[in-house]
Amino acid sequence: MSGLTILTIFVLAAFVGVEVVSKVSSTLHTPLMSGANAIHGIILVGAVMVTAHATSPVLLVLGAIAILLATVNLVGGFVVTDRMLEMFSGKKPAQQRAQEPVGSERP
Amino acid sequence: MNVLPSPVTELAYLAAAVCFILALKGLSSPRSARRGNLLGAAGAAVAVVTVLLSTDFEGANLAVVLGSVGVGSAVAVPAARRVKMTEMPQLVAIFNGVGGGAAAIVGIMELAEFAGHDVKLVVAGTTAFAVFVGATSLLGSLLTFGKLQGTITSRPIVLPGAGVLLVAALGAGLGAAVAVTLTADVWFGVVLALLGLAFGALLVLPVGGADVPIVISLLNAFTGLAVAASGWAMGSTLLLVAGTLVGASGTILTLAMATAMGRSVNGILFGALKGGSTAG
Repeated sequence: MSGLTILTIFVLAAFVGVEVVSKVSSTLHTPLMSGANAIHGIILVGAVMVTAHATSPVLLVLGAIAILLATVNLVGGFVVTDRMLEMFSGKKPAQQRAQEPVGSERP
Repeated sequence: MNVLPSPVTELAYLAAAVCFILALKGLSSPRSARRGNLLGAAGAAVAVVTVLLSTDFEGANLAVVLGSVGVGSAVAVPAARRVKMTEMPQLVAIFNGVGGGAAAIVGIMELAEFAGHDVKLVVAGTTAFAVFVGATSLLGSLLTFGKLQGTITSRPIVLPGAGVLLVAALGAGLGAAVAVTLTADVWFGVVLALLGLAFGALLVLPVGGADVPIVISLLNAFTGLAVAASGWAMGSTLLLVAGTLVGASGTILTLAMATAMGRSVNGILFGALKGGSTAG
């Protein structure tokens, strides 16, 4: 890819990132932070790519550590976010629940 | 194993990127939040399976990769399942820190691979950014964990000359980043990582306990940008898009959290250094 193509993708992604969270309600600040945190665990894909062709033992060990850390970020991030949101649906304040249409609770 | 044709790989990564966008969108509204998070996890699963099926692995490297993923999952899932509700923010801080650490290590491994090759300035430069910011996020996040957990005092810790030290660490980091950009040398990269760790510590120590969640959100955005820089350097659109999404949305979220608490990000980070109050 040319540098300009990458720059274009970067700028457009930044705008999308700003737009998608611009209307977040304050009760969801922590779960959103946690969910976004899980998403950057995708560095796992980069860690796998560089570890795949590591030939020296030092690089292989470094790669194993990077993959381990990235997996903790990615997997743990999504699981803990799900737990936060699970509590959410159970312990919602009455007034907030009243604003939601019937049947929006998870089954 | 490299069994996927290249267009299929690219399309799978595109699908994962779309999942991440929809995940953030879903997480912004109470009704769709849980679905959004699951969609994000699905996107991540697609991306990980895709990279395993589209990469050539040297020797026994595939076994090392799968083993590390297995151990990482075995550590993370019970931790995330068992953590007490009140201790979730600290756990998120740790997850964020290790993600930053992973980005920094990936950057250093890339520099090691560059040895003896002609490397474009922009590739070495974005790698340098990933190393420094990833390391900043690693130690910064671990210290926020300590502050929330009570391992270290939650009151602002202001070292003598903290302001000067902070500026010095950033300046030295910039110098090392320029050196990495020009030479793509791995040892400059290691120095850069150490300076990143120092900068992270100096940035977080003066923050007061009540402001810590906002700083975790800021470091979350930092890690996102480090991942985006890795994607830039490696030519991976998925990492570039996912990291940029988190960097941008994390910045907006940090500002929103600060506003909701009636604080300014500037005051949170540098208030104690100026001798102002960071109480509260």
